[in-house]
Formats: sequence, C-alpha cells, structure tokens
Amino acid sequence: MPNLDFLTEVGLTHYLILSAVIFCIGMAGVLLRRNAIVILMSIELMLNGVNITFVAFSSYLGKMEGQIMVFFVLTIAAAEAAVGLALAVAIFKRFKEVNIRFFENLKG
Amino acid sequence: MTQTALMATLILAPFVGFLINGFRYRKHSANVAGGIATTMAAISFICSVLLILDLMALPTESRRIVVSFFDWIRVADLKVNMSFVVDPISSIMILVITGVGSLIHLFSIGYMHHDKGVAKYFAYLNLFLFNMLLLVLGDNLLVMFVGWEGVGLCSYLLIGFWFTDQEKAAAGMKAFITNRIGDAAFILGMFILFLTFGTLNFHEINSLVPSSPEFSWLAPITLGTLFLFIGATGKSAQIPLYVWLPDAMAGPTPVSALIHAATMVTAGVYMIVRLNPLFLMAPNTLAVVAIIGAATAVLAATIGMTQWDIKKILAYSTVSQLGYMFLACGVGAFGAAMFHLMTHAFFKALMFLGSGSVIHAMHEEQDVRKMGGLKKYLPITHLTFFFGWLAIIGVPPFAGFFSKDEILWMSFQSPHGHVGLWTMGALGAALTAFYMTRLMCLTFWGKSRVPKTVHPHESPLLMTIPLMVLALLSIVGGWIGIPHVIGEVLGHIPNIWEHWLEPVIVVPTMPHAEASLEWGLMGASVLLAVISAAVAYHFYVQAPEKPKALADKIKPIYELILNKYFVDEAYFGLIINPLVRASRNIWYYVDVNFIDKTTYVISDLVRGGGGLVRGLQNGNIQQYAMYISLGVVLTLSILLMR
Repeated sequence: MPNLDFLTEVGLTHYLILSAVIFCIGMAGVLLRRNAIVILMSIELMLNGVNITFVAFSSYLGKMEGQIMVFFVLTIAAAEAAVGLALAVAIFKRFKEVNIRFFENLKG
Repeated sequence: MTQTALMATLILAPFVGFLINGFRYRKHSANVAGGIATTMAAISFICSVLLILDLMALPTESRRIVVSFFDWIRVADLKVNMSFVVDPISSIMILVITGVGSLIHLFSIGYMHHDKGVAKYFAYLNLFLFNMLLLVLGDNLLVMFVGWEGVGLCSYLLIGFWFTDQEKAAAGMKAFITNRIGDAAFILGMFILFLTFGTLNFHEINSLVPSSPEFSWLAPITLGTLFLFIGATGKSAQIPLYVWLPDAMAGPTPVSALIHAATMVTAGVYMIVRLNPLFLMAPNTLAVVAIIGAATAVLAATIGMTQWDIKKILAYSTVSQLGYMFLACGVGAFGAAMFHLMTHAFFKALMFLGSGSVIHAMHEEQDVRKMGGLKKYLPITHLTFFFGWLAIIGVPPFAGFFSKDEILWMSFQSPHGHVGLWTMGALGAALTAFYMTRLMCLTFWGKSRVPKTVHPHESPLLMTIPLMVLALLSIVGGWIGIPHVIGEVLGHIPNIWEHWLEPVIVVPTMPHAEASLEWGLMGASVLLAVISAAVAYHFYVQAPEKPKALADKIKPIYELILNKYFVDEAYFGLIINPLVRASRNIWYYVDVNFIDKTTYVISDLVRGGGGLVRGLQNGNIQQYAMYISLGVVLTLSILLMR
C-alpha cells in the first residue's frame, strides 16, 4: 500500500509545487507573449507565485517575517503595475497597439 | 626704486608691451603700436642705466647685483632659482639690447608704417626683447636657456613675418630647425656640466672650476664646453650651422638689424664669455672655437664679396664678424670678444638700418646692381652709412678699429693664439674692407643704375634719427677700450673697458712683447684694409668693367663662391635628402607595412569576435528576459548537481 498522505494531507510541498507552477506559467507568459498588458499580468503571476512560497514558509516555520515580506511584494507590485500600465497606455496612444516590440523604438 | 623693482621693470616692461600689442594685433596704427613698443623698450633702457649706476657704486671686486624672484625648480639635487644677475658682462649686454633695441623700435615705426600687421610686428619685437633680457640676465644656464629658446622663437616669427610668401616662411623654418640642432647640443652640454658640478648657476660653476686645465678630449669640462659651443654655432651662425642667417634676411630689415646683427646672434659669444673660467680650463675647446671662428670669418667674407643683394652682403658680413668674436673667445681674449660684440652691434645695426632706409627709398629693391649714385638722393643715410663703413673696415679712430685690432693682437700674442690665426684674421679684415667698399660703391657712389621708374627719396626723420645716433656711437664707441700702446702715446688714456671687465673676466698672462711689434701688426692690418678698400674702389667706381673681367678669368672659383661654396646643396645632398629618404622608407616599411598592418590584424580579430556575439544583443526585451531565465536555471542546476 503506497503512502497516500501525499494526496490526503496538504503540506508544505504542495504549496511549493503550486508556487513553482504559477511562477513558471508567469515566466512563460513574459517570455512568449507579445501583448504588453498580458506580460504585465504574467509578471503579477510570477510575483504571486513567490508570495505563496513566502506565506507557506511563514506558516510552516511559524514566523511572521514571510508574511511581512508579502506585503512589501504586493506594494511593489502595485507600483510596478501603475508604471507598466502607464507605459502601455503611452505605447497604445502612439501606435494604437500595445505590442512589446514597440518598446524597441525607445533605444537611442 | 629698489633693485628688485628695477630688475622686474627692466625685464617685464617689454613683456607688458608684448601683451598690449599682442591683444590688439589687428589694429593698423603704426604710431600707436610703435609708440607703445618703443616706450616699453625705452623704459627698459632707463632701468638698465639706473641698475648699472648702482653697479658702478659698488667696490670693484663685489660688482654683482643678484635679484632672486622665486624658486623655480627643486628636484633632488637640481635647484634652479628664477634669479637674475647684473655684473660687468651682462651690464654691457643689457645696454646694447635695450639701447640699440629702442633705436630700432623707433626706426621700425617709420619702416613698417604701411604694413597691415604692424601691431603684431611690434608685439613680436617686444617679446624678443623680453626673451633676450632673460637670456643675458639669467644667472644660471636654465634661465638662460629659456631666453635662448624664446629668442629663437621670435626670430622664427619675425623672419617669417610675411609668411604669405612661401620663400620667407621657408626661411623662418630653416632658421628654426638649424637652431634646433644647436639647441639639442646646448642641452647635452648643460647635462654634462650638471653631472660634473652639480649646479647650473654660473657663479657656482665658475668658482668650482678646477685650477689646472684638462688635456683629454673626453674629459667632462672639454665635452661640456664643446657641446655648449655647438649650441653657440647654431645661435650665432658659425660653421657648420651658419646657413640660416643669410636666409633670415627674408624678415623685415629692422628685424635683421636687431636680431640678426646686434643682439640674438651674439648670444653664443655672450654665453662663452659668461663661462670664461670654464672654457679656459678646456684648451681643446678653445682651439676648436678659435679655428671655427677664424674659418667662419674668412669663408663668410669671401661669400660676401660676390653677393648682389644688399642685405645678403650685410648678412655674410655679420657671420664673418661673429667669427671674429669667436676667434677672440678661442684665444682667451674674452674682453676683446665683448668689445667687438658691442662695437659690432653699433655699426652693424647702423648699416642694416641704413640698408633699410635704402630699400625703403628704392621701393623694396634690394639688388645693388639696380642702385648706385644714391649719395645724391639720400644724404643723411649716406653719411651715416659712411661712418659705419669706416668703423667696420677698421679705420682709426672709429669703433671697429679698436675692437678688431684688440682681437688680432690677442690672437697673435695670447698663449692660446697662433700666428696662423692672426693671418686668417688679417685676411678676413682685408676681405671685409673689400666687400664693404664694394657695397658702398655699388649703392651710394659711382654712376646711377636706378631704373627710370623709381624716384629715391630720403627717409623721414623718425628713421634717420636712429641712424644718426648709431653713427655717433660707431665713431666714439671704441674710445672706451683704447689699447695701452696708443693710450700711452696720447697721454695715459686708461683702457676703461679692461678695468670694467677685470673682476669677471680672466685675462690670460701675456708673454712680454715689444710695443713696436704691436704697432707693426696694427699698421699691417690697417694698411691691408686700406689697400683692399682702394682696390675695391678702383674696381667698382673707376673701372666697373674690371671685376667682370676678373670673374671671367677665374670663372670656376668665382662660380664656387657665388654659389656660396654649394654648402646648402651639400647639406641637402649629404644630410637632408638622405634623411628624408630614410624617413620615408621607415614610414613606408615600418609604419605603414608593419605597425599599421599589425594593428589592423588585431582590430579585425576583435571585430570578428564581436560579430560572433553581436547577435545576442538585438534589442528584443523578451530575449533578454530569456537569457536571465536561462542563466538562473543554469546556475540553479549547477548548484543542485553538486
């Protein structure tokens, strides 16, 4: 009889796997998609994947530092989204499209 | 005023003039620019006179005013002060430089009146005075060298003053480069003296000189003085570096008078006199100096006999007279060298300015074949030139007689002298009398060959006043150095010159000589000069067809001399052209084909290597993100694999 605790009891490992999966999805989005807004969303996914890791370890170790870190990450993510979206709006106004390759026009 | 303030004013007044005229170099008023420049030169002259009065008030042994402004260089053993000295030697020089210099500035106002760059001209002239004062007043070799280079620069700028004329610009270049060769030797000489004595200060060097002469050619003092002498041959136009001076006549005539006759070219003589105890301890150097001096005196005089350009004749005359000064240095007669330096400054400046007046009157014509009979049109110029002529050919009692006679007597009688040197000197005197008389005949006397279109006119007073002053000096300038034998006959007239220079110049112990011998030699040289002058007069006034007949008879020799012994051509053929060819070959084979090729190969390698990885940086943001991710994955996997 194989040990089925793995399926019945949700532990640290599950959270870490979930976090890794979300992170990888996010990364794939960043690397593959062309739409700037989708890329921004993917970055959010990556950040939140990391957040899950923080919270999981915080709970596992019984320490609060991880959760504090999450608040920081959320704050930064909000700021980053604001800047990113502003850029996206600017690009859209100029080119009527938010394709990431238009950012290449910014190089000197 | 204190001596420091006097010294500062003396040196800086021309520099201030240079700055003022230099900043307003586009202005065209000759009166303003010349007025400023002449005033500055005159201020310097007044300061020199005041300083020399101070100097004369001191007791004979301690006649030496040193003013030190600041420490200039202090590195390990090398200590150089920016300090200046007025002693009997430099006092004569500053009087000549500022005195004759002021007169020439004054003359220039008239001469350069219509020139467009007149303010620039006066700025250069004042800068020259400043540098010349640095040269003669500096109390160590390095300060002297600063002035030495500075006057070289001004000489270059003024020779090439009309630089739009290719030939004149080239003449300036030639002077500069020829001087550079001498200057390199001068620096080597300084190195050797510093290694030997550990100081560059004249006073210290002269007091550290060993008491017995050295006889080896490779001993430090002999080598050092030889190198310094090579430097002097560059600046003072002696064999083998004299070739630049005749070409330097491309500059404005007052410049030729000031720089290339009266002051700068005598810097080499001054330097040797300044270091006279040192040179006396190197008999080999003295012999070289004497032989080069005598040879230059004769060689340049022979060339002077065949030239047709009034300024070229005077230029070769200058080279020849400088040869006399070096002959005097070489036989240990430093006082006589300084004496001739001063009298030569008077009469040669006079003659150059006179020739300037002639050229001015003839509308820029310099060829004596197109002159003649100018006595009628230019009475003042003729009269003053006449006195200069009497002075240079050595007719008593004019200035040149006393100084030249002193040199000839010393070259015969001094322990360093030789009868051969005397012969060359006397021959040079005869040749001098010939070519100067020829110049007088062709320019002022005889039949007029002036073209009909030219109407010569006497120069304005502004130009003739300096001529008159210099003529007066050419007459009386020699009376301060009357030799003992003559002085005794005339009633115990002392030799003021010798007394003045006594504390700073070593007088060699002369073997006893009968007064009759001195009289005889004096008479012989004067007689030679007078006969030679008479022959020239006969040739060029009474029988103008004879010189041509004579020239045809000795055609090869005449051609040789007329072409200045082909020295320029020889320099080109033996030194300059091979050097240019060698440089071109080195440029082609070493630089282009080796060094350039090597760097091209290296740069190609770098560019190729860059091309390989250039594709990685293509501006695609997502690709960059990919590199980051791959990097992280790679790092993590390496960490995990361990």
